[in-house]
Amino acid sequence: MTKAKQTAQEEFALLELSMDEIVDKVEELSGENVFDCYQCGMCSAGCPLAEEMDLLPNQVLHALQMKDPEAMSANSMWICASCYTCQVRCPKGVDLAKVMEAMRQIYLRKRMDHVSLDGLSHREIRRLPQIAIVASFRKKTG
Amino acid sequence: MNKLEKLTYFPGCTLKDTASDFEISGMAVMEALGYVLEELERWNCCGTVFSLTDDDLMHQIGPVRDLIRAQEAGSEEIITLCSMCYATLKRSSLFVNGNQERLDKINAFMNKEIDYEGKVSVHHLLEVLRDRIGWEKVEERVTNPLEGLSVAPFYGCTLLRPQEIAIDDPDAPTVLQDLTQALWATPIDYAYSVECCGAYQVVDHRDVVIERTHRIMSAARRAGADVIVTSCPLCHFNLSDTQKELVRTIPDYEEMPIIYFTQLMALGFGVEAGKIPASLKAKVKRLQTVKGEG
Repeated sequence: MTKAKQTAQEEFALLELSMDEIVDKVEELSGENVFDCYQCGMCSAGCPLAEEMDLLPNQVLHALQMKDPEAMSANSMWICASCYTCQVRCPKGVDLAKVMEAMRQIYLRKRMDHVSLDGLSHREIRRLPQIAIVASFRKKTG
Repeated sequence: MNKLEKLTYFPGCTLKDTASDFEISGMAVMEALGYVLEELERWNCCGTVFSLTDDDLMHQIGPVRDLIRAQEAGSEEIITLCSMCYATLKRSSLFVNGNQERLDKINAFMNKEIDYEGKVSVHHLLEVLRDRIGWEKVEERVTNPLEGLSVAPFYGCTLLRPQEIAIDDPDAPTVLQDLTQALWATPIDYAYSVECCGAYQVVDHRDVVIERTHRIMSAARRAGADVIVTSCPLCHFNLSDTQKELVRTIPDYEEMPIIYFTQLMALGFGVEAGKIPASLKAKVKRLQTVKGEG
């Protein structure tokens, strides 16, 4: 098991939530029904960042449907950039970007941030446009 | 000279800094078309990304406050140039406009502001060009036809997705191609024009963004593009940033100019406004010399 995976699993354990509770929370925060997905795979076919993900977008939904904790320890939600390609193409109208955001929020609302200013050099902070830094911190810190 | 028509303009943070050429050229070309972009007073950062959780009203405060600024200015609309500001402000306006419960909560929280009435709409400058001014008028203003210049439009995400805020067909948009044609340049078709560049992942997953943007630029180049045109300062940054890396690592790598659509208009209108990459200027000049000789 890679270190990143192990850390992700430890982080999931720190949430102290069952997968039943997680799925309820995801549906409450996103307003989406994860069981609407019938696994056609259109989201993963179009996702520009799918190849970087531990679980493909449709597999994330499948894991949520199966109450499989891997949904919460896979890196997929942190790689998703809310580009909305999946949402405009989903034949079932599932807003997967909102599902991913809900999953991130479950961590972020427990103060488990996934990006830190300490991890950026002064040079990087100066070089990056505000739009990138603000967006990244809005998506990955609580 | 005729009086210029005013548009209530929201610049956003990045147009005041790394994307200043976007603002400078935008103002200049709109003036050439008879409009003035009047900057909203006391605007604040829109938040750059729309909050996607239903219970999170807190992150609507920033964008709604900007809508209040427009209301104070007596305007019923905000015009943006930055695609990300467009999406965030537009989605916020749709989230609260006409929803009394949300409006009441947000207004009660912002007790130092006047109440937002929910009447301000948000539009992107490309919509103004297409729907109010029209391509014919744009074409009439061209003094420097960009004949022979192949332009790869790069839409990115936030002008087109989600569907409820799309300014054009999310999978097959034409607005940038139509603008290109109005300037007498040739739009090129390639597979990546509506793809995501990786956006803010550049902060902590730069390698992923470099791979994406390299693919986007290679596809545009293979399709014969001379220049990539965008409306998003983050796409612009990511494409340009990757290109610096490619220049550094690949011998004889030929740089592809990456500009905002307003800069392409400035070239076509013959308006000097902000910096245009030297290689592009030279290319345009070369094309026009050839045409002159022909």
